[in-house]
Amino acid sequence: MLITGAQVLVQVLLEQQVDVIFGYPGGSVIPIYDELYKAQDRIYHCTTSHEQGAAHAADGYARVTGKAGVVVATSGPGATNLVTGIANAYLDSVPMVAITGNVACALIGRDSFQEVDITGVTMPITKHNYIVKDVNQLAATLRKAFKLAISGRPGPVLVDIPKDVQTDTVEYEPRPPVTRNNGLKADPKDIENALALIAQAERPFIYAGGGVVSSDAGQELLELAEALDCPVGTSMMGRTAMPHSHPRNLGMTGMHGAYAASKVLSMSDLIIAVGARFSDRATGNKQAYSLGHTVLHIDIDPAEIGKNIKEDCAVVGDVKHVLRQLLDKGVRRKPGDWYEQVARVQEAPDNHLHMPEEELNPQTAIRAVRARLQDDDVIATDVGQHQLWTAQYYAFEKPRTLVTSGGLGAMGFGLGAAIGACFGRGKKRTVLFTSDGSFHMNLAEMATAASNDLPLLVVLLNNQALGMVRQWQTLFYECRYSNTTLRRKTDFAALADAFGARGFRAHDLKSLNEALDQALALNTPTLIDVMIDSDAKVLPMIPPGGTINDIIMKG
Amino acid sequence: MDRDKFLLSALVANEAGVLTRVSGMFARRGYNIESLSVGETEDPQISRITIACRGDDYTQDQIVKQLRKLPDVKAVMLMDAGNTVARELMLVKVNAELATRAQIHQTVEVFRAKVVDLMPASMTIEITGEKSKLDAFVSNLVPYGILELCRTGVTAIGRNTTILTQESEEE
Repeated sequence: MLITGAQVLVQVLLEQQVDVIFGYPGGSVIPIYDELYKAQDRIYHCTTSHEQGAAHAADGYARVTGKAGVVVATSGPGATNLVTGIANAYLDSVPMVAITGNVACALIGRDSFQEVDITGVTMPITKHNYIVKDVNQLAATLRKAFKLAISGRPGPVLVDIPKDVQTDTVEYEPRPPVTRNNGLKADPKDIENALALIAQAERPFIYAGGGVVSSDAGQELLELAEALDCPVGTSMMGRTAMPHSHPRNLGMTGMHGAYAASKVLSMSDLIIAVGARFSDRATGNKQAYSLGHTVLHIDIDPAEIGKNIKEDCAVVGDVKHVLRQLLDKGVRRKPGDWYEQVARVQEAPDNHLHMPEEELNPQTAIRAVRARLQDDDVIATDVGQHQLWTAQYYAFEKPRTLVTSGGLGAMGFGLGAAIGACFGRGKKRTVLFTSDGSFHMNLAEMATAASNDLPLLVVLLNNQALGMVRQWQTLFYECRYSNTTLRRKTDFAALADAFGARGFRAHDLKSLNEALDQALALNTPTLIDVMIDSDAKVLPMIPPGGTINDIIMKG
Repeated sequence: MDRDKFLLSALVANEAGVLTRVSGMFARRGYNIESLSVGETEDPQISRITIACRGDDYTQDQIVKQLRKLPDVKAVMLMDAGNTVARELMLVKVNAELATRAQIHQTVEVFRAKVVDLMPASMTIEITGEKSKLDAFVSNLVPYGILELCRTGVTAIGRNTTILTQESEEE
């Protein structure tokens, strides 16, 4: 039977078992939206306030489900509004399929109304992209896009469909959903070399990244840490790779990592990097970072090997499979008193910095939220100080429960991402930690949360400033607070009410606890404006390009 | 040949935009291209790109790996300098007055080049060879006055059984 290109798109989405997509209609995608209208009982389309929010929603959805998130936008401005969202997914290796409409083929290249070369624009921020100018290629291209998005190291793929291709007709044959291709099997020789390298080590340290989460290798990671009797530190993307409460989890390493994680890493003789890419935020000074250690790098992406840190041994392959093979082959290290040394660092006072417990501050606020949530509730964040405080203080116990913009560090990510995550978890309770700066960027998505009756709690840590930049200005720019003291007049609680959500305000711990109890009792979007000190800092901090010796412990 | 110069060959999908993807990857990661040549292979769906680059071992390693990540790139090979035939084609138009014409002809013969167009005041010469030979040829022509010059960039093929195929990449 002949069907239109727009129908092919909907059929392929159904084939791929997509039941929620995010997007925004427009002139060049009307045929697609016409078919989505007819398929609305099978595919729910969440209409956001802005395409950027839709892209972040698809990203948040993908992070909690592991499936490709799908976003649809029209040509021109619709497509360019996706750009930050696509770049964000690219930097954090999140599977996403972005569908854009374009002007009809005959109008392409003539600077037509709402025409943008979106494949050109997104080339550096997608795993791959396509413009489909022949409806006969449409189904196959869409399937390739899904396959590519979820395979190997996941990432975003964009498919641009000119309007005439959406209305042209073609024979369509259904196919089973695409499956993930794990890439090449790890070379047995590399596995042997890795075993030999570990066997020579006395003080191994596992540095776990987002790859552990995306390949669902949490169990294997735990077993490796047990088998080697060794500590684990994570990147921010790997924050949920291991339960927070696990005694071997020292927390985050890097610029705002836990003292013990950074200190123990510097004492180790072997760094085992698992699904991590040695970002500059995780390593600090790269020369000093590698000094005195050998490095074993395990990653699915061959191009990450040796890119940021020179390895002594590498195993390329799916992290879960590689770790399982190491375990099956009886991986062992040299005996010694490594764990006693680690334990001494863990007990050191520097590893137990607390903000005062009786007052309202970022740490007590985050703990008050945590005390009311389940281990599998999803936490999203925006970008800045609140993000790091959340990563430091929130006790994440289950994988895929933290949705945060790691690589791109995109302020404005949080609200859209939280909406997508909430859909991904079947509209279960989701919490967004944000701040006055980040929230202001994309707050229009409160309308999306409200119109979908999402049980989304927004905890807005309000310091009246762009806190992270302010912190750098305090520490490195002699307190010249250029354009970071916001002094906005926005009444966030009233704003939430105006959007059809419920707003609360907390100025001390007592009012925060009351607001949390009330907000969490409601099954609708809520926002709590939490007043905190403008000068609260994210600590410890290793200055950019610094080492553990430069660590700043006190504000 | 400088130690930090190297030649890469890649088989890529013969489709619109592929060259942009390849050159864009070089640009955004800050790798230098000295020359790039591209053309269809015996299989019309596949083109072969030869890229002359400059960079240390780290850059070389990264370029190969990043190229392999592009879905349109089917195979990549670092060409072994001692085991590769590398050639470049150049067309050069020089002033050729009666007085100098014979001398230019001599140079053409020495370099085994070919005169492909002859006009009363100028001469167009075609020459093929390694980059160094072409460079030497150019410096010999400079005194006569070069009017126009174009080079294709290096193209290269492995000697003997060194063959770049899509299969060799997949192992």
